[in-house]
Parts: sequence; C-alpha cells; structure tokens
Amino acid sequence: MKKTILTTLLLTLSILAVPAQAADYDIDTKGAHAFIQFKINHLGFSWLVGRFNKFDGHFSYDEKKANASSVEVNIDPASIDSNHAERDKHLRSKDFLDVEKFPTAKFVSTGYKAKGKNKGVLKGKLTLHGVTKEISINVKHIGAGNDPWGNYRAGFEGSTTLTLADFGINYNLGPASRTVEMFLSVEGIRRK
Amino acid sequence: MQWRTTTERWGLLTILIHWLTALTVFSLFGLGLWMVSLDYYHAWYRQGPNLHKSIGILLFILTLLRLAWRRIEGRPAALSSHTAREQRLAHLAHVMLYLLMISVMVFGYLISTADGRAIEVFGLFSVPATLHGIDKQEDIAGVIHLWLAVTLISLVVLHAAAAVKHHFFDRDRTLTRMLGR
Repeated sequence: MKKTILTTLLLTLSILAVPAQAADYDIDTKGAHAFIQFKINHLGFSWLVGRFNKFDGHFSYDEKKANASSVEVNIDPASIDSNHAERDKHLRSKDFLDVEKFPTAKFVSTGYKAKGKNKGVLKGKLTLHGVTKEISINVKHIGAGNDPWGNYRAGFEGSTTLTLADFGINYNLGPASRTVEMFLSVEGIRRK
Repeated sequence: MQWRTTTERWGLLTILIHWLTALTVFSLFGLGLWMVSLDYYHAWYRQGPNLHKSIGILLFILTLLRLAWRRIEGRPAALSSHTAREQRLAHLAHVMLYLLMISVMVFGYLISTADGRAIEVFGLFSVPATLHGIDKQEDIAGVIHLWLAVTLISLVVLHAAAAVKHHFFDRDRTLTRMLGR
C-alpha cells in the first residue's frame, strides 16, 4: 500500500515536472537576441549580407532529449533589410519575394537529429514565396544558463543554403547568385 | 518674339520651359516604366534609375523657378473667345498639372531617400534625405509615385487634346500662342 502511494506520488510529480523538462523557449526577438541573416553572392565578386527584421517564434529543447527538439518561426518577408531602400523595394516586389501576394513565411520543424556534442541537424518545412519545401539546418548549441536578470536562456546558431529557384524565385541574378546562405542566430528565454 | 510675357503673348523663356517640361515629363514617364522592367544584366539597370533621378531633381528645380517666374511675369489675358467656364476649367487643369508634377517628384524623392541616402544628380551635387526611415517608406512612396505619374500623364493628354481642339475646331490662338505667335 505504501509502495503504491509512493509510486503514485512519484508519478504525479513526474507528470507535473514535464512542462519544466520539455523546456519551451520563446525566441528573444524583443531584445533582439535573434537574427535571420542571409548572404548572397554579388556577380561572383563579393557577398551581399542582409536580414529579416521581423519574426517571432518558439522552440522546445532539452539537452538530455535533444532529438525531441522542435522549432516554429514566423517571418515577415516584407521586413527584408539589405541596408538599401531601393534594393529592398525590389526584393519585396514580384521579381523576388512578392510580399503582397505572400505576406508570410514560416519554418516548422519536423525532426531533430543530434550529431555529436552540441550539434545536430534540424529538419523542417520552410514556406517561402508561397512554396513549402523540406529543408535541413545545421545546428550548433552554443550555450545555456541563467541570465543576470532572472531568466534562463538557451542559444543556438544554424546555417543552411537555399536555392532560390526551389522557392519559385527565378529572377536572374547570375550564375554565382542562385543560392542564398542563411545564418540563424537564436536565443530563447525559457517560459516560466 | 520677346523674352518677356505681355498681355498678348507668352514670353520666349516661358514657352521654352513649357515645351522642355513636356518633353521631360514624357521621357521620365517612359524611362521610369522601362527601367523597372530591366533584368539585372542589362546595361541600363543602373544607368536608367540614375538618369531618372538626376533629371527628376533638375525638373523639380526648374518647376520651382518656373512658378516663381510665372509669378513675376503674370500671364497673357485669356482669349476673348474662351467662355468663363472654359477659363475656369483650364485654370483648374493647370493648377492640377503643377500640383501633380510637384507631388510625383516629391514621392519619387521619398523612394530613393527612404534609407537616408542622398540623391546624386549627374555626380555634380547631391540632394540629402529629409523625411526617411518610415516603415516601408520606399514601398508606399513607390506606389503613390506610380499612380500620381499615371494621373499626371492622363491629365497631360487631356491638356494636349484641349489644345488641339482649340486649334482645329475652335480655330483660336490657344496653341499658337504657346508657339510664340
């Protein structure tokens, strides 16, 4: 009898403890500790670097059960910023992102595979320019811990290469500029 | 032909500015529509917008000088064959032409200066940004710039049609006066 009570108690405790273990994080876009950057080759001569300024999202991560990790990010494609208004206007137009027709972009993970210490591959569906496609992101866990202001944070970096034509973006920027490299820097604040 | 405007005739300077403006407005409209359709490797991909902006700024300056000159010069008296209603409509159309021209150019300026960059005019001088940094300023200003330009060209066509009508149907001096007669 005592054993049963103890078991029940432990079981209840473990269930109650689940939310804490699953560790859901909100991406710290408010404090801008998250970045969606891209770089694309210019004519084969140099890199053009830009970013998306508006996005939000959350992820679930547990160091001990890394393969159960999941991420969801919503991106406002109209917030593209290459530090040049005329170019950004062009990038938002029908030639590229066509943000009037496709006002949202989204990444939803479908699985995570840990590969070695603090590294892994995140698979998921990216919806961009109205096209949804499975992509893989190489992820590196950088660090986690208590911040000085009472929250627990975890941070990652990710990188992937997207082929513009895969997402129906066919404007000819030249042979060196068919793909765009993404660099993602994500810091999340653990939900309380 | 005389330089200054009299009660009978337009002055030569006013006439030159009028036709130069007409030529420039049409050229800028055509250039503007064409340049945004060019692919990245076209020789005019960069040259087109640079020319469009430089000429636009010069036309803006010319238009301000023109308005000042008009104030100094006054204008010839309306032809006696024009009815009061015709005169009122013509005056309204002219005011609208000026307003549209000025606003098209202002909104064009707001596209290129949306990120705080200046507009270079043929590499001779540059016009600094003033109002900038509004969220999606370049996109909003772009849409307004295009539709104001379309409206302006429509009104220009009406303006020209009216001149032709006065010349061939009413057989008055409206058009020939703008040719210095």
